[in-house]
Amino acid sequence: MLADKDRIFTNLYGYQPWNVDAAMKRGDWDNTKALLELGQDKIIDVIKASGLRGRGGAGFPTGMKWSFMPKEPRPDRPSFLVINADESEPGSCKDREIIRHDPHKLIEGALVAGFAMRARAAYIYIRGEYIREAETLFAAVAEAYDRGLLGKNACGSGYDFDVFVHRGAGAYICGEETAMIESLEGKKGQPRLKPPFPAGAGLYGCPTTVNNVESIAVAPTILRRGAEWFSSFGRENNKGTKLFQISGHVDRPCVVEESMSISFRELIEKHCGGIRGGWDNLLAVIPGGSSVPLVPAAEIMDAPMDFDGLKAVGSGLGTAAVIVMDKSTDIVRAISRLSYFYKHESCGQCTPCREGTGWMWRVMERMRTGDADVSEIDTLFQVTKQVEGHTICALGDAAAWPIQGLIRHFRPEMERRIRERKGETGGNAPMMEAAE
Amino acid sequence: MPKVKVDGVEIEVPQGATVLQACELAGKEIPRFCYHERLSIAGNCRMCLVEVKPGPPKPQASCALPAADNQEIFTTTPMVKAAREGVMEFLLINHPLDCPICDQGGECDLQDQSMAYGKGHSRYDENKRAVTEKYMGPIVKTVMTRCIQCTRCVRFAEEVAGVEEIGAIYRGENMQITSYLEQAVSSELSGNVVDLCPVGALTSKPYAFEARPWELTKTLAIDVMDAVGTNIRLDSRGRQVLRCVPRINDEVNEEWASDKTRHAIDGLVRRRLDRPFIRRDGKLVPATWDEAFAAIRDVNAGSSVAAIAGDLVDCETMFAARALLAKMGSSLLEGRQTGMDYDTSSLAAVNFNTTIAGVERADAILLIGTNLRWEAPLVNTRIRKAIKKGAKVFAIGPETDLTYKVEWLGADLSVLGNLPEGVTELFGKAARPMVIVGGAALKGAHGASLKLVDQFNLVRTLEDGSAWNGYNVVHMAASRMGGLMLGYAQKGGIADVVSAAPKLAFFLGADEVDFAKFAGSFKVFVGHHGDKGAHHADVILPGATFAEKSGTWVNLEGRVQRGDRAVFAPGDARDDWTIFRALSEVLGQTLPFDTLEELRAAMAAEVPALGQVGLVTFDWAAPSLNATASGTLDGYPIKDFYLTNAICRASPTMQRCSAELVHGESYAEAAE
Repeated sequence: MLADKDRIFTNLYGYQPWNVDAAMKRGDWDNTKALLELGQDKIIDVIKASGLRGRGGAGFPTGMKWSFMPKEPRPDRPSFLVINADESEPGSCKDREIIRHDPHKLIEGALVAGFAMRARAAYIYIRGEYIREAETLFAAVAEAYDRGLLGKNACGSGYDFDVFVHRGAGAYICGEETAMIESLEGKKGQPRLKPPFPAGAGLYGCPTTVNNVESIAVAPTILRRGAEWFSSFGRENNKGTKLFQISGHVDRPCVVEESMSISFRELIEKHCGGIRGGWDNLLAVIPGGSSVPLVPAAEIMDAPMDFDGLKAVGSGLGTAAVIVMDKSTDIVRAISRLSYFYKHESCGQCTPCREGTGWMWRVMERMRTGDADVSEIDTLFQVTKQVEGHTICALGDAAAWPIQGLIRHFRPEMERRIRERKGETGGNAPMMEAAE
Repeated sequence: MPKVKVDGVEIEVPQGATVLQACELAGKEIPRFCYHERLSIAGNCRMCLVEVKPGPPKPQASCALPAADNQEIFTTTPMVKAAREGVMEFLLINHPLDCPICDQGGECDLQDQSMAYGKGHSRYDENKRAVTEKYMGPIVKTVMTRCIQCTRCVRFAEEVAGVEEIGAIYRGENMQITSYLEQAVSSELSGNVVDLCPVGALTSKPYAFEARPWELTKTLAIDVMDAVGTNIRLDSRGRQVLRCVPRINDEVNEEWASDKTRHAIDGLVRRRLDRPFIRRDGKLVPATWDEAFAAIRDVNAGSSVAAIAGDLVDCETMFAARALLAKMGSSLLEGRQTGMDYDTSSLAAVNFNTTIAGVERADAILLIGTNLRWEAPLVNTRIRKAIKKGAKVFAIGPETDLTYKVEWLGADLSVLGNLPEGVTELFGKAARPMVIVGGAALKGAHGASLKLVDQFNLVRTLEDGSAWNGYNVVHMAASRMGGLMLGYAQKGGIADVVSAAPKLAFFLGADEVDFAKFAGSFKVFVGHHGDKGAHHADVILPGATFAEKSGTWVNLEGRVQRGDRAVFAPGDARDDWTIFRALSEVLGQTLPFDTLEELRAAMAAEVPALGQVGLVTFDWAAPSLNATASGTLDGYPIKDFYLTNAICRASPTMQRCSAELVHGESYAEAAE
């Protein structure tokens, strides 16, 4: 279990005020100038050495991402840092806690990260539904400007850096990095084709890096305490501490900072008071937010909660939004509800996702009631395969995976429903005829 | 020059080519819906998926992927086949099965590609989506349930037409294409979205339910609605032209056509002159050809004869009239009906020398008294392309929306003598500067604009050794350049003809003339529509429209083009040149050609440039004219884009476009 002294987010639960004075007492903005004096290359080296992988879901090494930015930005083509606070993944709620109670960690991280990648400014794109959080963030940024921590000669370092907060309008797809850039530019939030990648041509055609809130917020602490300290947690290739968000059928759902690679069982026992009704009552877990496949109880119980450990059980760490489902769950209905979410949030740009998400949801709804044929399970699986990997962005994959996970692990349950419904009507349901 | 392997065949492709282009170069067909050569890449239909190595183990959209050295591309693997079938199935699940009542049937990309790449059956048992119709103006009919959201129309409106009025609203499966507030699309190029639409979502409103593509006879022709000389294809059935669509010609119209070009054709069957008329007791009464010719002979004009050419006539007609006048001993020829009298001693000084395609290469452009959007819409699109490449545009004249950013220098022509520093500086630095003089400015600023040729060195040799001529005049009449080459220009313009007071005057489809000035002349109207010219005529000889004869036209850049006959003229109407040939016999001045080929040979003998299809080069020579310009432009010559000639004025579609798009009347549509 992570010791209190090793926690990065020391005000995660809001026991202290979020404002700049309180944040400074907790150690934020403590001689930030010295951090910047390390120099750009050194900062990136430390982040690389720490083994920090992106906390937004894909797990791309953060230091390497920063190093893709141009070393000498042209004056007419400045670099930008975009911070993804459009936390809309069902189950995820870590960025909200950071912005609510520790916004200065994020803002300081924005300055340090922006400096490291030679960015002119950072844009924090905050989810539209986060109204109070946005108010806090606006106020916190204003505080930072008042203290001279941002703006011209930020923190007395001689580096000019601005932070802008931009509110979204409630579209899940704007959490995709290129859709976020489109939305920031004032256009319809639809993902762009890649290549070019944002590091080459992003916001307003300028080099841009898009990072998750958590990835940015941990950067100053890593620099202060050293890469060795951060990489002392977790397994090889899965280093550091991570905010886990446990929801669902546990005794005490919570957001908690833990070291990577903690086992699922330990995470639940230590922080959540165990599974509701005991471990025998566990049905399945979605370990990384709605877009990763579920894992049945037997496989997840002792799995290490990190990128590689969850990949090994056919799922992923995602944002570490752990959704726990006990045996009272109607698992088909749960996944069907997720299908509805993806159908609702598909941007409609490319064909497989636009048409496929609606199709999948409609079939899932029939699977829920059993109003289907057993062969349709195979059709459904094929449809998910037709969507997966054929779309511009990853939303198609995200819509396909939960259903694939369901079919992989709970096919007998789906077949049972179909059989039972057929049995209810004696297998001789009157044939429905279309009106002509 | 990257080398790639397509299905095992190694080929070299140009730098910057996409995988899709590489496949096409290798002779492989790649199905696509959203990709279009002349629009930006959207990559959203996902139909063009291919397998590429090295790369992720999933199919890639070939339209958006740059071809790179040592790439291996596979277009026939099971993965690709499955991907195409999958996308095709998705496209069809919500597409209505209304092909039998869809106007796109027979020329529908979705039909063709589902036959070639689809599975042949659907596994989709749910209800299909329905989408309400949208209003996009008098040209475009919408059946949005058929839309596959390829966004070609959106990209065309934004990138080519320059009106950001078509877009997508809502998201996911509820995404819909619509015009801004469902108003008519205020573009003179809106009809092109009908061609671009790969399905039957956007179809031609005037052509709705008229014909199936396989019933139509297709004739290659040249458009006469403006001086651009758009290459068109006339689709006819029986004796009627039902449709006009652009042909691809990168030198002229790329593959676009203005709405007037496309939809004025329903004027071809209305208000037509289908028999000769003679004015008796102040009234026009039907007559036979013999009576009409006799009436002309009885004028006994001697050599007191003139010919005024209208805006739409072909070179053959003008040449036949000129030959007849020459025999009678007159050379009173004029084509500038409205009284223009600019100097024509050097045709290069009244030509669009940069060429239409050359506009794209310009880096500094000065527009003088021209509303290109209405005078030559397809030149305007080229300027948009030049701006995209970095050109800057200044303009003199009343401010109007040209669909791109223009720095207006006011409407006072005297500014030409004292251009602001910003202009002189930019033109001084520019590598390929160009000046475009419109009809409104030719009167007062021809000389002043020619002075700019020296001031900015508009005629120069470029670094690569090629010649650049940046002096351009925009004409608005399809007959203009041909007419000037055939000598249809008097020094003082039409005023010279009036002052000569000819006993006999031929009007070749000339409807814009001030006929009051010809009160003393015996007016013979040779034309096809019962418009102003016919109303004032003493004798009407019914002729053929551009669709009903083979003819030669010279466009504003001096490009000689030939169009073919699509249908026959109605009733007793005849090809115009045959009318002059027949009349010449009655007048005892028999013309020496009996066939079109003989006429063309005679024409080529007198004006060799007209004997050959292609761009005519006029050697640069600037006449010395008064170089001071003065006066203020209070408007542009075209007041109503949709009603510029007799054919459009007879066209119900153009009338409606005018009422709705120019005069802002709203039409209520019956629900269907």
